[in-house]
Amino acid sequence: MIRILRQIFTTGIVTEDVLGQEEAHIKVVGDRLEEAVKKRFRGSLAIRQVDAGSCNGCELEIHALNNSIYNCERYGIHFTASPRFADMLLVTGPVTRNMEIALRRTYDATPAPKLVVAVGDCGCNSGIFGETYASLGGIDKVIPVDAYISGCPPTPVALLNGILRAIEGK
Amino acid sequence: MSLLKDAIISALGEDVRFRENYQHPASVVFCTVPKAKFTEAAKAMKRSYALLAAEWATEETPWFGIFACYRWGSEYLIVKTVTTMDDPAFPTLTKKYLPAYRFERQMNSLMGVVPEGHPDLRPWLKFEDWPQDAYPLRKSFDASKPMPRVEGEYRWSRAEGEGVYEIPVGPVHAGIIEPGHFRFQAVGEQIINLEERLGYVHKGIEKRFESMRWEDGFRLAGRVSGDTTVAHSLAYCMALESMSGFVPPERACWLRALFLERERIANHLGDIGAICNDAAFAFMLYQLMRLKEGILRTNSELFGHRFIMDRIIPGGVAVDIDVKGKEKILSELKWLEKEFEKLVTIYDENPSLEDRVRGTGVLLPEKARELCAVGIVARASGMNLDCRIFNPFTPYDQHDRIEMDVPVLVTGDVHARTWVRIHEVRESTRIIRWLLDNMPDGNINGTIEPPSSEKAGFAAVEGWRGEIIYWLQSGPEGEINRCMVRDPSSVNWLGLEQSIPGNIVPDFPLCNKSFNQSYSGHDL
Repeated sequence: MIRILRQIFTTGIVTEDVLGQEEAHIKVVGDRLEEAVKKRFRGSLAIRQVDAGSCNGCELEIHALNNSIYNCERYGIHFTASPRFADMLLVTGPVTRNMEIALRRTYDATPAPKLVVAVGDCGCNSGIFGETYASLGGIDKVIPVDAYISGCPPTPVALLNGILRAIEGK
Repeated sequence: MSLLKDAIISALGEDVRFRENYQHPASVVFCTVPKAKFTEAAKAMKRSYALLAAEWATEETPWFGIFACYRWGSEYLIVKTVTTMDDPAFPTLTKKYLPAYRFERQMNSLMGVVPEGHPDLRPWLKFEDWPQDAYPLRKSFDASKPMPRVEGEYRWSRAEGEGVYEIPVGPVHAGIIEPGHFRFQAVGEQIINLEERLGYVHKGIEKRFESMRWEDGFRLAGRVSGDTTVAHSLAYCMALESMSGFVPPERACWLRALFLERERIANHLGDIGAICNDAAFAFMLYQLMRLKEGILRTNSELFGHRFIMDRIIPGGVAVDIDVKGKEKILSELKWLEKEFEKLVTIYDENPSLEDRVRGTGVLLPEKARELCAVGIVARASGMNLDCRIFNPFTPYDQHDRIEMDVPVLVTGDVHARTWVRIHEVRESTRIIRWLLDNMPDGNINGTIEPPSSEKAGFAAVEGWRGEIIYWLQSGPEGEINRCMVRDPSSVNWLGLEQSIPGNIVPDFPLCNKSFNQSYSGHDL
């Protein structure tokens, strides 16, 4: 136990403020994000992530949002297990034919008003997988999308930026 | 001399024919047998202790080619047989090799060849609402058009009896994770059976390869499973290079090894943390994700991408490392080792964690062998398999210099799979140091000619999950006729299914995390 405590105290808080270039970016984006979440969602934005066919690269970066460095919870953003509690769906793609029904059901299960953000090049326009018998294309081919985050995969900062754009309605 | 080659000759005699100059690299033995002898070849392989590495089908009008790839030690042997398009039946291998069970369901679903005597021909990857006659891998299939949905039902295996109930989970899971469906049959807390249903992220990757140019395929390969982007694009490039007879510059090979080991470390760190998190020890997750983030940032700074995606290209690599980069990595390794060892001690000395991970989700060595498991799953269940040792590319082939020490454990539980990862992080750290200290100078890529017609290429690469196999085939016009992808997940998912009965329902996420197989790499 003493080792655990020592490790916790020597690690300290690693969540980033203003350091390098990328971190400065986090600070700018983060402050606005916190402000927007406070104003529009009473300080708490619940996100349900849906993998509608991604290669799992985007999932790795969305995971990184939760690590102690990006620490998205400080802005009031948290990931929820059920679409019933969600304000926003963060959807990676391309939408496969085999996931289409599950994605529609998840969308329907999310209470309105809701935001949908398409993540990654494949989520935006189906990327390298194209539109085929198995891949239906970008997320907006199946459900309405409010904001797009491109990148293969988008970095955690790009994700935070995209979430900000979605809640600011730009 | 090849042991497997001898075995198949002594079993089949005149019936087996070896085709020279078709399969590349030449170290992979390629032979054809009559359809009636396909099972006999499998028997001969089984007698020689070989494992089934992959099974797949091709269309070579007017034939279907049926292929089985066997592995024993460092030897690979591919057996091919053909069947006519009017009568696409072939004898099943399921009676000899368990993993053939899924391979053949997949071949049946996507190519429409029929394994005769297969015990369970429910579609796999293909869903019940696909048109019956939709076989995407056939040349006559128009992949550009969406398919209509039809009525259909999937027959789940059922359990009956007093107190038996079912828990369906997925495809959309509770966490940030890929989609798949699991159906548990349980009595009380105890699981008596688990049935997996995968295929939700089937993107038609193998078909997509056929519409691509050789030089572009590595990008698609790098997106078969995003967390293994380095190893997948490497396997594609190596298979392609073997067909073209191209040998990449030495420095390129060393850089490829460097990327591969960095990918291994990053993923293992994340996995060890996530396993502990699923045993309610979130401390480890946050600590290890911090280390992982460090690795990813260095990747981004030195190689221009956090996961080093698209940096391995046909002919070599796209990015070099300079003295400053080397120093950056070395000092990072020092930091990583120090931090990591502190956390390993904490893992090791935590009794409540030990209570959860020991004896949970056991895949017995004999079962792992039956299932022909690969990679970390196999090494946690007593199987000494690693392409870096048994099928090495430069610089891994310098065994006396690199002195690879890959751990093999025998308990096959969650702890063993975690401990294999811990060892491998240590070992990869050592290898990276060795790579950086001994890396030869020179070019980092060369120009590669597209392969000529009617050839086949093969590569097996040890990604962080395990052995990844690519088999490429050029058609009559020199185009990509077939690209077979075998992610380690294609076989290891069966291992998860087999390790679950007898565990309690709340331990499933923990077991699943310790396998951490790729849905995307499996579904293709």
